[in-house]
Amino acid sequence: MDITSGLKIFIASIFTNNILFASFLGMCSFLVCSNRISTALGLGSAVTFVMFFTTIINYLIYYYILVPLGLEFLSFIIFIAVIAAFVQFVEMFVERFSPDLYYALGIFLPLITVNCAILGASLFMVIREYSFGETIFFGLGSGLGWALAITLMAGLREKTGYTNVPRPLRGTGIVMLIAGIIAMTFMGFAGMMSVQ
Amino acid sequence: MAVKLSNTRSYNTVMDGLWRDHPISSMVLGICSALAVSNKVENALAMGAGVIFVLLATGIIVSVLRKLIPRRVRIITYMVTIASFTIIVDRYLDAFYPEIREAIGPYAGLIITNCIIMGRAEAFYIQNNPFQSILDALANGVSYTYTLTSMALIRELLGFGTVLGFRIMPEGFTPWVVMVMAPGAFFVLAVFLWVTRTMARVEPE
Repeated sequence: MDITSGLKIFIASIFTNNILFASFLGMCSFLVCSNRISTALGLGSAVTFVMFFTTIINYLIYYYILVPLGLEFLSFIIFIAVIAAFVQFVEMFVERFSPDLYYALGIFLPLITVNCAILGASLFMVIREYSFGETIFFGLGSGLGWALAITLMAGLREKTGYTNVPRPLRGTGIVMLIAGIIAMTFMGFAGMMSVQ
Repeated sequence: MAVKLSNTRSYNTVMDGLWRDHPISSMVLGICSALAVSNKVENALAMGAGVIFVLLATGIIVSVLRKLIPRRVRIITYMVTIASFTIIVDRYLDAFYPEIREAIGPYAGLIITNCIIMGRAEAFYIQNNPFQSILDALANGVSYTYTLTSMALIRELLGFGTVLGFRIMPEGFTPWVVMVMAPGAFFVLAVFLWVTRTMARVEPE
């Protein structure tokens, strides 16, 4: 793998192909946990961490176990099992060795199993036929992109507390409108580079 | 003995799913795929059919086995059930509608993490009998599909000037490119929430 294609994927998965604003993944926890910046940062870092490792593990399982056996159609069930098991393992590991980190991240970890961004990253990796090196950059970049998105939204949402939003739009509605505007600004990066 | 229709349990189950507890607008579940797949009407219909199938199958399996599933492992049970039926949907699309599967991309696989199915399994199927669960699955699936399809109608009409591939808008119409791209999805959903919540007078959270 040459380093430029990896870097290109890394930058593109943070900005131009941001997993939340371009692919709409991980919306559920994005809507629920974007009330405060500190919560958003905690969840964002937990997602980055889990996404980075699960894409790598799923890459190895997919190309070294499922493909040789001709079992590609089982990939959904295997990926979700790997994610659930990894999250469980990390939770036990962190609880045992770093209680501080556990208190910071612990409450977010169970939420992550059902975060579609994590599964989506693994599925994109297969559909876009990334090499192993590219997968590393893609997993890290997508996680950071998601963390960036939720932190931006939390910052803006703290401000909407002081504004007079029409009643039916409060809560989810206004978040959607803000997300649309942020998505437009992220589209501005599209001239820079893109991956498919 | 004549029972008023609006008092029966089945009627309430269906109405909850179709309107009162509408999965997208009142509970904000399953947003990811609602945003991503609503760029064209045919994709929305295919996705809706897939979700209805998986919901129905999960509803039947979970409600039939509800007394046998130990509480501690119920989440994993839902996941395995949902994942198995999602694989069936994916295989079916691959065999008969490869273009649609290509267009939907990873979102067919993401039916697994669609919170509507997980949410209904946890909230309803694990406590109710198969008949009520089937009604609930149909109601929720249909309301998911009509939401997706109506969003897709707006986005396809304004973004491409077509509906289901047929040209509707006059020749000189300039397509609103933003509608088929990501921001359009957010705006259309925001307006949709605004309209339905005004109509239903939902109290904001």
